[in-house]
Amino acid sequence: MPMVFEVFRRERPGAPMQHAGSIAAPDQRFAEIYAREQYGRRGESEALWLVPRGAIDELGEFVDEFDLKYRRVDGYSIKERLKEARQRAGTLES
Amino acid sequence: MDERTEAFLAHVQDGGLVETGDWMPDEYRARLTKFVEMHANSELMGVLPERDWILRAPTLQRKLALTAKIQDEVGHAQLLYRVVDDLGKPRDACLDDLIAGRSKFHNVFHYPTRTWGDVGVIAWLVDAAAIISQKALLKCSYAPYARIMRKICWEESFHILHGRDVVLTLVTGTDMQRELVQEALDRWWEPLMMFHGNPIPADEDPMVHWRIKSQANEEARQQFLEGYVPQVRELGLTLPDPKLRRDDDGVWHYTEPDWDTLMAVVSGHGPASAERLAFRRLSRAEVDWVSRTVLAEAA
Repeated sequence: MPMVFEVFRRERPGAPMQHAGSIAAPDQRFAEIYAREQYGRRGESEALWLVPRGAIDELGEFVDEFDLKYRRVDGYSIKERLKEARQRAGTLES
Repeated sequence: MDERTEAFLAHVQDGGLVETGDWMPDEYRARLTKFVEMHANSELMGVLPERDWILRAPTLQRKLALTAKIQDEVGHAQLLYRVVDDLGKPRDACLDDLIAGRSKFHNVFHYPTRTWGDVGVIAWLVDAAAIISQKALLKCSYAPYARIMRKICWEESFHILHGRDVVLTLVTGTDMQRELVQEALDRWWEPLMMFHGNPIPADEDPMVHWRIKSQANEEARQQFLEGYVPQVRELGLTLPDPKLRRDDDGVWHYTEPDWDTLMAVVSGHGPASAERLAFRRLSRAEVDWVSRTVLAEAA
């Protein structure tokens, strides 16, 4: 049975590896040839990663049980307090 | 409809996306599989009309470009069969069904390619019609299909330009060359008008209901006419439909194609259907030893 490989590609130097698609191949050797043809024949990729699908450990369901928004920018609303501070300091433009 | 299916439907109708491992209703999986499989079959069968002209291409440059286009289309078939495979139907089963005539491929690939003019018209206008549908599929609720469509659309844009270049060369050539392209256009116009399917309203189309498609058939055809009729006419070429006109509201009117003919063509009764399927059967049999050898070696 053919194996499925997930293919990642880097579009240009410095760019992140991004998922491109998958290929099916009888073995690693064929996978390399197919991946080069399918995702690199127009010079659209600078490098490819081939990962056997079975090696991927997918995690999902990120539940924010404890309301951890203080870790993010949307956890902070400073508009009103900034206005108050400016008022007190007498720097509020009218 | 059970609760889970209702929630799924609400999710996709609301713009939600579905990934391979996600739960999906049987109807969604079945419709999606059939649709992507037909797309894959069309890419694979679509190379045969053009293949006929590789050896007869007028210059080396054209031969190379045509071969590159054909490689792209086979590549699209491979990518799409992967999507179908992940939905539960292996590529081998798809190919078996295709050569047995149990599955369909697009109407335009059931017609013969008589002259080099056909090659230009196909690469320009058939690919233009196809890219309109494919661009709309970038919004498909099934994300793995939509992602593959990005790569396909990118490659198709080269095909359209290649086709337009072939047509421009012919219309700026001798009278005979110009007639060649006009004659091809006359033959291809009806299949092109059928390409996007019967004008079923979007709210009655189950494919739109599940947001597998997001564009109504007639909307696609109107977009095609709006974009390409002026481009054809500016070259001094004519279209073989006396009713073809654009009204003041920008709506195109045309002679309604015979939808029964379309059904007959896509179910294997087109002028070149039998020949194309016979060729696909032959090549599958011919290369069978390759896949058996390769798989045995890899095992």
